[in-house]
Amino acid sequence: MAKLFSEKTKQVFLGPLSKNNPIAVQVLGICSALAVSANLKPALVMGISVTVIVAFSNVIISLLRNTIPNRIRIIVQLVVVAALVTVVSEFLKAYAYDVSVKLSVYIGLIITNCILMGRLEAFAMANKPWESFVDGLGNGFGYAVILIVVGFFRELFGAGSLLGFRIIPQSFYDAGYMNNGLMMMPPMALIILACIIWWHRSKNKELQE
Amino acid sequence: MENIASIFVKSIFVDNMIFAYFLGMCSYLAVSKNVKTSIGLGIAVIFVLTITLPINYLLQVHVLKEGALTWLSPSLANLDLSYLAFILFIAVIAAMTQLVEMAVEKFTPSLYASLGIFLPLIAVNCAIMGGSLFMQQRNFNNVAEATSYALGSGVGWLLAIVGLAAIREKMEYSNVPAPLRGLGITFITVALMAIAFLSFSGLKI
Repeated sequence: MAKLFSEKTKQVFLGPLSKNNPIAVQVLGICSALAVSANLKPALVMGISVTVIVAFSNVIISLLRNTIPNRIRIIVQLVVVAALVTVVSEFLKAYAYDVSVKLSVYIGLIITNCILMGRLEAFAMANKPWESFVDGLGNGFGYAVILIVVGFFRELFGAGSLLGFRIIPQSFYDAGYMNNGLMMMPPMALIILACIIWWHRSKNKELQE
Repeated sequence: MENIASIFVKSIFVDNMIFAYFLGMCSYLAVSKNVKTSIGLGIAVIFVLTITLPINYLLQVHVLKEGALTWLSPSLANLDLSYLAFILFIAVIAAMTQLVEMAVEKFTPSLYASLGIFLPLIAVNCAIMGGSLFMQQRNFNNVAEATSYALGSGVGWLLAIVGLAAIREKMEYSNVPAPLRGLGITFITVALMAIAFLSFSGLKI
């Protein structure tokens, strides 16, 4: 075990969770992060799907890294990712149909999610499979965390529920509380993300521009 | 004809790639620092979208859809290949961007000088792939409709990126709180632009 979780691998795993977060710091994979986060459940499923796909495509590309000709590497990477995404998409259709309908095209768009290409290019092409796998997990979790936070606030204030369960009691509504419909609109995802970035950068001064 | 025009206008304003679906956000945020380069990228997106989307439409209708292969032999009527859509679409997009890049380099070096760096980037732009996936969902009646959807989406994307770039150029001079500087304030700007675009959603065409 000591060898499996050396200091470096730990760094590789923990970095993307905060200091090197794919969304808040590297600005990768924003498209899907914003579009699927109106409710917590799709956000959760999306986070898990991306984590699985990043981790495994990192391993596959890392295993192939010495045999891929440099000129066509992007196409090879895209095909590997597309195959994995197809598997995940069919899996969701079979076991979580309602969520897969909600996620609609955004599952397919994981193929062009910049996190994947970014990690494959920057990490998997130059590192061993095990480290690439850990790096994929770390980045996937870093992405999922942001998605879950955004989804949490949007569902809580937009629909008064979490994961479909009512959180804000009926007595609040009777007293005149209203759900904020704007939270369900796409623009609010951007504003919540901006607030997360604001908070994150005021904690980590070295990230400020 | 009417239908084609309405699809075109709708895809620019109501179903704007950026403001309604957040497609192509990564390059949208990364390249929108000045107006000139963002026009270049916008044109490249229009270009690639209008080439790849009709090709993918034809693939979808004549190869992938359930029963689409009956022109080969009637026994294939029950075959549904749509699970291959992701791989085929992305292969077409990657191959077409490569081809377009080579063609542009050969025939119009001046255009290549301004678009060249963006073309390889575009293969992984979500807007292109997203266009194809939305096309698959919407069941257009013919190639002309699909093409007009592609053109409209591209123009909408161009409009969005040029608008943001113009605002960001001015914002260079404003005094933004330090943690919000750069990325944070850009997100808020995009959100406000998106709210403005929401007003088009009542548009009846």
